[in-house]
Amino acid sequence: MSSESGGERISVLRMGDVLIAAIQQELTDQAALALQQDLTEMAAAGARGVIIDISGVEIVDSFLARILSEIAAATSMLAGRTVVAGMRPSVAITLVEMGLSLRGLHTARSLEGAMTLLGNLRDQAGR
Amino acid sequence: MSPGDVTRLQIGNDVQIAGARQAVREAAVAAGFSLVEQTKIVTAASELARNTLVHGGGGHMELEVVTISSGKGIRLTFVDSGPGIPDVDTALSDGFTTGSGLGLGLGGARRLVQEFSIDSTPGGGTTVTAVSWARAGQRVPR
Repeated sequence: MSSESGGERISVLRMGDVLIAAIQQELTDQAALALQQDLTEMAAAGARGVIIDISGVEIVDSFLARILSEIAAATSMLAGRTVVAGMRPSVAITLVEMGLSLRGLHTARSLEGAMTLLGNLRDQAGR
Repeated sequence: MSPGDVTRLQIGNDVQIAGARQAVREAAVAAGFSLVEQTKIVTAASELARNTLVHGGGGHMELEVVTISSGKGIRLTFVDSGPGIPDVDTALSDGFTTGSGLGLGLGGARRLVQEFSIDSTPGGGTTVTAVSWARAGQRVPR
């Protein structure tokens, strides 16, 4: 199975009510789908925010962009927010040139920025 | 790899898509592509390799470093023997999808490279060729 040989599972950390996944390696399609499933299930079990750190990701193609958008859509239905942190400038330039927009996704420059953003989003939601 | 050498990689599963990305990145670095240029050609390769797998039922990628007087480039050729594309113009338009993506695969890939062509006949498979040149922004008007 390709998913067994190629896809190291991305670990998801829980800090309070925030889930954090850091993608640090070359991501196969199967590994991306597994991450989507893990994050959605863990968010359903109770999380107010999801942070996906893509600072280690060298390219985002339309497949990975769709996965990220779907994670955001699922978590927002579960009363959470997804923030994509640390996108490399070369990745952002390429996405724009392709015509891809990451609809519904919040972005932050760093993990710390993402934590701050989640705090702000939560304050707004509480008002 | 040396100029003129053609590397042929099978595209039969998602691990091989990742392998194709890695090979293209290494060739782009060796050919002197800037970081943004590397990212564009590798992203285009990823889209086209996935098309070969998902729509073409698998196939292969040929990777070649080409040298002209003004510099180096990379030529990627994706070959499958799948059902072919009945209407290439429609397939290149944004939002068109028969698969699970965002419908930006072919059109998006075309925007990321300098030369792009599709040769496809219904029932006769598809060949997509994409070429990018190192430091193209400084030399060739797009």
